[in-house]
Amino acid sequence: MSVIKVQALSKNFGALKAVDQLSFEVAAGQVYGFLGQNGSGKSTTIRMLLSLIHPSEGHIEMFGQTLTDHRSAILEQVGAVIERPDLYPYLTAQEHLSLFAKLRKQKIAASKIEATLAQVGLLARANDKVQTYSLGMKQRLGIGIALLHDPKLIILDEPTNGLDPQGIADIRQLIKSLSKEEGKTVLVSSHLLSEIEQIASHILIIHQGKKMAEGPTSSLLDPNKTIVQIKTLDDADAKQKLMESSYRSNLLERNEGLYLTIPKLEIPALNAFIVASNIDLISLEAKNSLEDYFLQLTSTY
Amino acid sequence: MWPIIQIELFKIYKRPRTYIAFGAIAALILVIQMGLKIDGEAYAEFLMKDINDTLTVDGKVLNGYLICYILLQLLLVHVPLLVALIAADMLSGEANLGTLRLLFTTPYSRTQWVLAKFVAASLYTILLLIWLAFLALFLSMWIFGTDDLFLMKSNYVVLIQEQDVFWRYLGAFVFASFSLLTVAALGFLMSSLANNSIGPIVATISAIVFFTILSTLNIPLFNVVKPYLFTTHMNNWKEFFDIQVNESNDAITGSILNVAKIKNSIIILAIHIGLFVGASIWIMKKKDILS
Repeated sequence: MSVIKVQALSKNFGALKAVDQLSFEVAAGQVYGFLGQNGSGKSTTIRMLLSLIHPSEGHIEMFGQTLTDHRSAILEQVGAVIERPDLYPYLTAQEHLSLFAKLRKQKIAASKIEATLAQVGLLARANDKVQTYSLGMKQRLGIGIALLHDPKLIILDEPTNGLDPQGIADIRQLIKSLSKEEGKTVLVSSHLLSEIEQIASHILIIHQGKKMAEGPTSSLLDPNKTIVQIKTLDDADAKQKLMESSYRSNLLERNEGLYLTIPKLEIPALNAFIVASNIDLISLEAKNSLEDYFLQLTSTY
Repeated sequence: MWPIIQIELFKIYKRPRTYIAFGAIAALILVIQMGLKIDGEAYAEFLMKDINDTLTVDGKVLNGYLICYILLQLLLVHVPLLVALIAADMLSGEANLGTLRLLFTTPYSRTQWVLAKFVAASLYTILLLIWLAFLALFLSMWIFGTDDLFLMKSNYVVLIQEQDVFWRYLGAFVFASFSLLTVAALGFLMSSLANNSIGPIVATISAIVFFTILSTLNIPLFNVVKPYLFTTHMNNWKEFFDIQVNESNDAITGSILNVAKIKNSIIILAIHIGLFVGASIWIMKKKDILS
């Protein structure tokens, strides 16, 4: 069963298309990695999933229900940390958790609050005001708030931002245990492939608001596979011919051309198909791996 | 909705800024009371100097009731600015902190959050008014004692018997709560339009100053809109201290000269509160939370 089902989701801010016809599904129990460089549309998509931003187009379904019609029931089952861990500086960690415990239908016992503080490593500083916390401690408290009501789906937007290596390792371990030991579904976003590949069972790469690649991590990061960029004189014609072939499921379209994810050994066969199909080819370029492809997109790396 | 009102009240209680207004009111009132306690007789003589030749007033003119009236005249102009400090920060302050997204990703709707925040801001405003009433009325009664209330209006004097005064203050404070809630609602509306704390506070204060000037100016063009401006009605608590007289020109105990004016003002203020809060809800429902 899909916990999240997004269809043709778009968001425009004036002339800017922040998210463009994005579709994906997250199955129960998955750790779904949402990967893209800063400004690629990850946070906008996540905010639309949490009903913070109104979509311009498209459809969001969570737990089999439409978000617009069942917002309250859906959000009861979701815990989220969105970008920076912004909290009330004049309240303590204990007060934060006590306040957010009141917002849930089920009664959250004081022992659960204490257990959550222990889970995120803040028990010793529970009664200190948040204004005295480091960024890492604030991030952990944010995660504590997200986990407090035992949600089925946890959405973490760049949860390791600003954390030291130990903090990053702790968060990684926490996400893994939430999935493996507690069976939670986790949607986690990052601009670091190295971060996502260690925890995610599935990955979606987003760039300029569009889906670039999606699939099981093991398959996308398979060293035997490669990404082939196809530049033609007539992309529309080429796309139509590829869509009518067995390459259909691996095809992606971008401004710079068409892309196919295929085993390296199939490149000659692809070449032959292009020639046989009378596609006006300009160039056929094999990228080494998904990682190289992603790094090329995210030019800051 | 009670849990989120509790949360909003708790946050107001914990915020250091909350206590600025309480402290400012206490400081102002205590300074004025101290000044009048020391130099009160001279002040009373100054007040009475124009009418001493034509009127003899027995008893204690400078009593707790008159002190309260003087304080209210001074402070009810400035308290709205203190209310704006909190009300105009209720939504924009959260947007600025980034905590609005924490609240809006809970199962409660945006309408519920906005209403809860307005209820909390309203309770804060009423508490501020109760604090003002305690210091200006009860403390003045205790320090200066009570007697008949002698008020000098622009072209007449009003003498209200001691036993007929207290309920008028209660009425005046209830009326003042409508005035201040209108300011809170205006601050709230400004707050829904911004993502920082300072802008809405300045905008609210500017709007009050702007409309107060329009309400005061006697220009025909503005006279058309003046009856509908909230600032025209905010100071009508004073109507509780204008009384009806009988054929012998004696004050009728328990009477108010113009009850209809008070009712009309309360209706106009209540409509403003409804419009401002309604507009805030509409804006927040439409808004993309990007902060």
